[in-house]
Amino acid sequence: MATKSIMIVGVGGQGTLLASRILGAALVSEGFDVKVSEVHGMSQRGGSVVTYVRYGECVASPIIEKGEADLLLSFEQLEAARWLAYLKTDGKLIVNTQTIDPMTVISGADTYPDGVLDALRAAGADVTAIDALSLAVEAGSAKAVNVVLIGVLASKSEIAKQVWIDALHETVPPKFLEMNLKAFELGWNYEN
Amino acid sequence: MKKLLLGNEAVARGLFEGGCRVASSYPGTPSTEVTECAALYDEIYCEWAPNEKVAMETAIGAAIAGARSFCGMKHVGLNVAADPLFTASYTGVNAGMVIVVADDPGMHSSQNEQDSRHYAMASKTMMLEPADSAECLAFAKQAYVLSERFDTPVILRLTTRIAHARSLCELGTREDVGVLPYEKNIAKNVMMPAMAKGRHVVVEKRVLDQTAWAESEAVDAGINKVEWNSKKIGVIAAGTCYQYAKEALGDQASYLKLGCVYPLPVDLIRSFAETCETVYVLEELDDYIETHCRKHGISVIGKDAFTLQGEYSQSLIAKVILGTEKPVLTADVHVPGRPPVLCAGCPHRGLFYALKKIGVMVSGDIGCYTLGAMQPLGMIDTVICMGASVSALHGRNKANPEYSSKSVAVIGDSTFIHSGVTGLINIAYNQSNSVVIILDNSITGMTGHQQNPTTGLTIKGDPTSAVSLEKLAEAVGIQRVRVVDPYNLKECEDAIREELDVDAPSLIISRRPCALLKKVKHNPPLKVNADKCRSCKMCMRIGCPAISFKDNKAVIDFMQCVGCNVCRQMCKFDAIEG
Repeated sequence: MATKSIMIVGVGGQGTLLASRILGAALVSEGFDVKVSEVHGMSQRGGSVVTYVRYGECVASPIIEKGEADLLLSFEQLEAARWLAYLKTDGKLIVNTQTIDPMTVISGADTYPDGVLDALRAAGADVTAIDALSLAVEAGSAKAVNVVLIGVLASKSEIAKQVWIDALHETVPPKFLEMNLKAFELGWNYEN
Repeated sequence: MKKLLLGNEAVARGLFEGGCRVASSYPGTPSTEVTECAALYDEIYCEWAPNEKVAMETAIGAAIAGARSFCGMKHVGLNVAADPLFTASYTGVNAGMVIVVADDPGMHSSQNEQDSRHYAMASKTMMLEPADSAECLAFAKQAYVLSERFDTPVILRLTTRIAHARSLCELGTREDVGVLPYEKNIAKNVMMPAMAKGRHVVVEKRVLDQTAWAESEAVDAGINKVEWNSKKIGVIAAGTCYQYAKEALGDQASYLKLGCVYPLPVDLIRSFAETCETVYVLEELDDYIETHCRKHGISVIGKDAFTLQGEYSQSLIAKVILGTEKPVLTADVHVPGRPPVLCAGCPHRGLFYALKKIGVMVSGDIGCYTLGAMQPLGMIDTVICMGASVSALHGRNKANPEYSSKSVAVIGDSTFIHSGVTGLINIAYNQSNSVVIILDNSITGMTGHQQNPTTGLTIKGDPTSAVSLEKLAEAVGIQRVRVVDPYNLKECEDAIREELDVDAPSLIISRRPCALLKKVKHNPPLKVNADKCRSCKMCMRIGCPAISFKDNKAVIDFMQCVGCNVCRQMCKFDAIEG
């Protein structure tokens, strides 16, 4: 098979790294060659963050470039717009409807735009929008946004549910496992 | 079973399997996790050193003593450790020594984009460059064998996309060679002119031997390798650029992949280049391989078609070589920038606001607090390198003594120990009327919470002695030393004003642990009483990511707020409540 590309974008601190690790674990157990590229350091401090996940028979590049992502998973509306150009023109976009003001907006130098979701749809993207924050709170912690979104992504994948649940067992600390399994379930059952 | 390992994690595994016994490093993105992961193996003695020079000297000492050793650092760290490197190349080792240096093309988390390959060439030290995690593991292990065979330290060069990418690795077993005997040998290990002259001859001979190895044995070992496909395009590349080229060109090109980037082979490159119609050298940063080719009269295309700045990628290579570009979607919406920020509850915030209120020039340094340069705080004037805040402030105040009452230096606890303390000694010794502020958050923050000599814990979490910054400052001759709490705006402002007014060197320690540390207990989040909020936006001036404005009133995000109370001190209308 040709190499597939999934991009996970969000705001530093939202847990995108854990999401990419769950995804990586699931793909490895399916027998794929996998590369996951993470950016650590400065951008983790509330900046725009991006993780690339690529899988297939034999993956060369660890990164994803403009027009290459089969799926873009965005943890925040504005970040979906920022990274939209990385999506294939027929790719899928899953976006958390949560908004987080960047410092440029907080400091008054800029304003958070209205109608981001409409603009994404108007651009021709295949958009699934979900209020993952509310579902995470329902699962027991606002911090489980990442696992709710992985649940949505999983429901659209070819990979069996149990593989994802095993990947959660492998990657999530035991004391948060139950809550995260619930968060995954809420994402998995989400109907657009 | 194969495991998905981060490049840095795979290097650590390779060090373990290669029989590493002693590891000493200073953290720096993107190199930090090599040492953090090495520390998880009981068989490896592992430590954070105060700086890269100390780390490298520790590793050299261990190698000469007979233990396979390691030190790791980011590219700019190698500048600090360059002094021991150049002479360790002369002494050679006894047991193997591996140095990891991680470059950061594109500057994801760095202050410059220097190319460490020049250090290998300048110090005549063998350098390997892996292209994925499996090679990180294999090359780290192989580096010990090469180090002992050629009696030299071996550098493993990583870049961000190798260090911070996960790919599959097959794990092996540890080859423990024990500790080799040490024998006194001043001709080899005491580098004064008479002996060093003899060693330089050995070094030049070694480079020739290694070049011969790079031409043939390295090919047999799969470290340098040729992959033949279409001969219309030939690609010479190392590391991540090889992966980008494979992605972009597939079997439309043949490849010479160089796993050893110093010394470079000549005949291997020449015969590859002569067999292909058009040959490209694909390398990020400087024209290092390209220059080597030109020196030997091998015709290649390199920086004329590509770039000296930033990262390469499959799309850049496809665009330049094949002339193809992917179609993209565009959303008709303005997207504000999202730069990194000081976290909610960050102790640096209050101190920076106090500096802003006073209105001083700030000589800055490397760490989380470099973000104090960003709006709305905007309170750093210069940032050069680790430790420069202190020494550059001294220079500024010597240039014009009138600046002394209007300038300060800010430096973190770890950075101060790394190389700020020598600047402070200079201030005391050569008496500049300088105000130095140590932002002591009890951890090395930006690189992801590493212990350091001020924290009282080792890399393995064991208790140890902690440097007293107060006593250290007194001991070097600073008479005026005081401690403030950066969550208390008035205390900070008063202390800084007083020290700026005094005609003597002084040190202010702004002490409060990083709000992200697990041991730090947070207060309940604060709330805005909308009835009392007059929309004056004073609370917005501290640049806290937890505070935003909705419906013309301030709102505090309960998820981010740690109840530090700094915003509360900004509000004149008591609208922020606990």
